[in-house]
Amino acid sequence: MKYIVALVLGLVAGAAIFAVGAVYNPFTVDRGLSPLSLTDAEVIALSFSTVPAENIIYTNNGESLQSPHPEKVLELWEVPIRKTSAMATVMRDARNQPAGIGIKISSKSESTRLLNGEAILDSVWYIYAPQHGSMFVRQTENYWPFIREVAFPAWKSSANNWRGTWLGDMTSGPGALGTASVSGGSGRIKGLEMVGIESMSVRAFSADTGFVSAEGRLLIELPELPDETEEESAL
Amino acid sequence: MLGLIASAGAIYAIPAVDQVREASIITVAPNGGNVEAFHANIPMDRIMIGASGQTTPVPPSLRWPDVELLADVRTEMFKIRNERDSVVGVAVRTAAKNGDQDVIDWVLHLPARGSVFVNMNAVPHEGGYRIGEIRAGSREFAPLSGFMSERWVADTSEDEDAPAGRIELQATYVGELEPLEPTEQAE
Repeated sequence: MKYIVALVLGLVAGAAIFAVGAVYNPFTVDRGLSPLSLTDAEVIALSFSTVPAENIIYTNNGESLQSPHPEKVLELWEVPIRKTSAMATVMRDARNQPAGIGIKISSKSESTRLLNGEAILDSVWYIYAPQHGSMFVRQTENYWPFIREVAFPAWKSSANNWRGTWLGDMTSGPGALGTASVSGGSGRIKGLEMVGIESMSVRAFSADTGFVSAEGRLLIELPELPDETEEESAL
Repeated sequence: MLGLIASAGAIYAIPAVDQVREASIITVAPNGGNVEAFHANIPMDRIMIGASGQTTPVPPSLRWPDVELLADVRTEMFKIRNERDSVVGVAVRTAAKNGDQDVIDWVLHLPARGSVFVNMNAVPHEGGYRIGEIRAGSREFAPLSGFMSERWVADTSEDEDAPAGRIELQATYVGELEPLEPTEQAE
């Protein structure tokens, strides 16, 4: 009997050590500087709230950490979409003025590898900003740094929450430099292929209800457009 | 040690996420390409209608931002179904007017497969359907081009619990041409 107890205790202790090792794995560090932070090209900067109650709608399967908003919004409970969430929000420009509408749909990704520090979401944005046009952003996002540095400390705290300042790039692909692919659909960006980065700034997070105070940001780098005056003078 | 090895083995071998896949129902078009049909039953599958000045928003407590910039924007979100009437994804349709330009865009998101972005022609064809070009896609749809049509089909069954109608979407995917291997060319 004592051998069985020792075996079970050993298994539990080993699993606990493994979990702690996985969370604090020093080899899964942040990528550091965003590839778009040093660009000279024109950039579209859009910000949005990631707190469900501050969005137009937010919905998921109804059993996740964050509750759908507003009341009576249809939940995504059917099996093929149970691991998906959808949000509609107002996108704001660099001066914090409304710039358009953004819809983000995210699904947990089968490319998640917790052993490698990859908690991946496959997500897409549809953004309509009258000043620029419509655009489609497709990306993979890695939430592991956020889980490790915000969600896990919130879960560990006796009050089940975390307060501080956390800023991180969420986009991890599909671009080679960890950038999102952006396609312009209409307006001045019609037909353009661009790259983008989504980042998140968190100030308060609850392990019971999710984001309390947090903001997301999308940076979209425009390719160099031909100067119309140069084109005209060349003719 | 056994616990460490067992945990590492389990986390390596057991997928953390396993998306449920509904088998795709695809037919081959006579002139090339693969055709797949989706639909949204209205009003059951409508998640959101957002537009300025609407009297019956969906969901009922939705507060559409009172911003002049969005006065001519109407955004709808739906669950979408395959031909077996099983929910397979989420779709967004946005219609907007920007000066003299009309914009109608669709995004279809199928969690296990990827997403498609379609720019529709704003002018409907005879019969009330619209056609648009697949502008971009992710994952399974990334290498595909093609087009998609949308049309409204009113329900005529008179069943008590029947939907008012359905939005039918028919996507035609065309794959990229891949160069033949030299050995294949020689054959």
